[in-house]
Amino acid sequence: MVKVRIIPCLDVKDGRVVKGINFLDLVDAGDPVEQAKHYSENGADEICFLDISASLENRDTMINVVRKTAEEVFIPLTVGGGISSLDNIKSLLKAGADKISINSSAINNPNIIKKSSEYFGNQCIVVAVDAKKNKNDWFVYSHGGTINTGLFALDWIEKLQKLGAGEILLTSMDKDGTKSGFDLDLLAKVSKISKIPVIASGGVGKLHHFYDGVVKGKADALLAASVFHFNEISIKEVKDYLIKKDIKIRI
Amino acid sequence: MKQITIIDYGSGNVLSAQKSFIKVAKENNIETKVIISNNLFEIKKSTHLVLPGQGSFSTCMNGLKKKPGLIDELYNFAIVRKKPFLGICVGMQMLASDSKENGYHKGLGWIEGTIKPLPNKNLKMPHMGWNIVKPLKESNLISTSMDYYFVHSYYFDCINKENKLAETQYGISFASIVAKENIYGVQFHPEKSSSQGLNLIKNFVS
Repeated sequence: MVKVRIIPCLDVKDGRVVKGINFLDLVDAGDPVEQAKHYSENGADEICFLDISASLENRDTMINVVRKTAEEVFIPLTVGGGISSLDNIKSLLKAGADKISINSSAINNPNIIKKSSEYFGNQCIVVAVDAKKNKNDWFVYSHGGTINTGLFALDWIEKLQKLGAGEILLTSMDKDGTKSGFDLDLLAKVSKISKIPVIASGGVGKLHHFYDGVVKGKADALLAASVFHFNEISIKEVKDYLIKKDIKIRI
Repeated sequence: MKQITIIDYGSGNVLSAQKSFIKVAKENNIETKVIISNNLFEIKKSTHLVLPGQGSFSTCMNGLKKKPGLIDELYNFAIVRKKPFLGICVGMQMLASDSKENGYHKGLGWIEGTIKPLPNKNLKMPHMGWNIVKPLKESNLISTSMDYYFVHSYYFDCINKENKLAETQYGISFASIVAKENIYGVQFHPEKSSSQGLNLIKNFVS
């Protein structure tokens, strides 16, 4: 059977790795190529780059980062952040990315999911969903979590599957940066309605959170940033812990 | 001096494949050029050919057919001259006789078999991620069971069991490596399968 994937996510701004707590307070944490290489050599199953550059010019910097990463890193690479056209997708794939994660532009223009998955294959189209709870429902937020789109998260996830998304990268805005664990309620509900893999993101802080994400949240992959970047938990520790708990992972 | 040519016919991420072969050559002091090309002369003088493939079977086959003389040159290399040939993902599937992906399409027909959809069985599709590749017989390519990275929804159903070099479980047991003499096909992506992937590439090149 296919293994649960552990994915470190690197927020990249103007070619450098940064990571925000609740999307604010950015702290510089190094060179993306070096970091990706480090993670790849230390058990990461996949690498995710999230480009949070503000300007269009700096997005070209990302293409160079991807190209350099592809020379050094031989595990799948997902790139997201500000992607809004088939040309964007094409240039990133050409530079060596394996998957592209689309967020805000998919909300503004759902057709991009359909078009890109038909053109490039659905295996390389990840749709990122940033969800936040309001009373008893989760809503989809866009633009780095600043705008409530008014879309119900579960409805949106049903729709994006029909449009041809290959994977869902689900981030809980309530949990992101809190280190109190994934939003398991949300995760379990999304996993239940998803015929495509679900990557859980936002909130992981302790080893057992990874386990809960798989067993209670039924996630196919687990994404984390700060705990890995600041050496609070290593990927090896996560994998050793999950193996002990009988979760199938790649050694 | 070897020359490894990665066949360029407009299919997806060929850069990663090239980089992985360059990395392997560098680390193992193998003197080789690694080029991405569809030039028939370059193909003819190669020592190893790699046929990558992403997207649908018919798109990939049409990509090959579009370049005049390309399929004939590949045939000459792999079947007539029996030189080392590696198909990756849809590049592996195209070795088959035919495919049932979105209709009926003829393949290269070098290894007898049909490309069929993986049965759903409540499993997520595509089959995406790391999964065990278990060798069924001895070969130069792989010796022990290890995880490799897969992304696909269709599989190679071999007619002759002796062509099934390794198998993987996902709902059913399918051929994750096919082989016939000098021709190899891998359903997974060695260029994305970390050190074990690079090791397989090394074994192919050595």
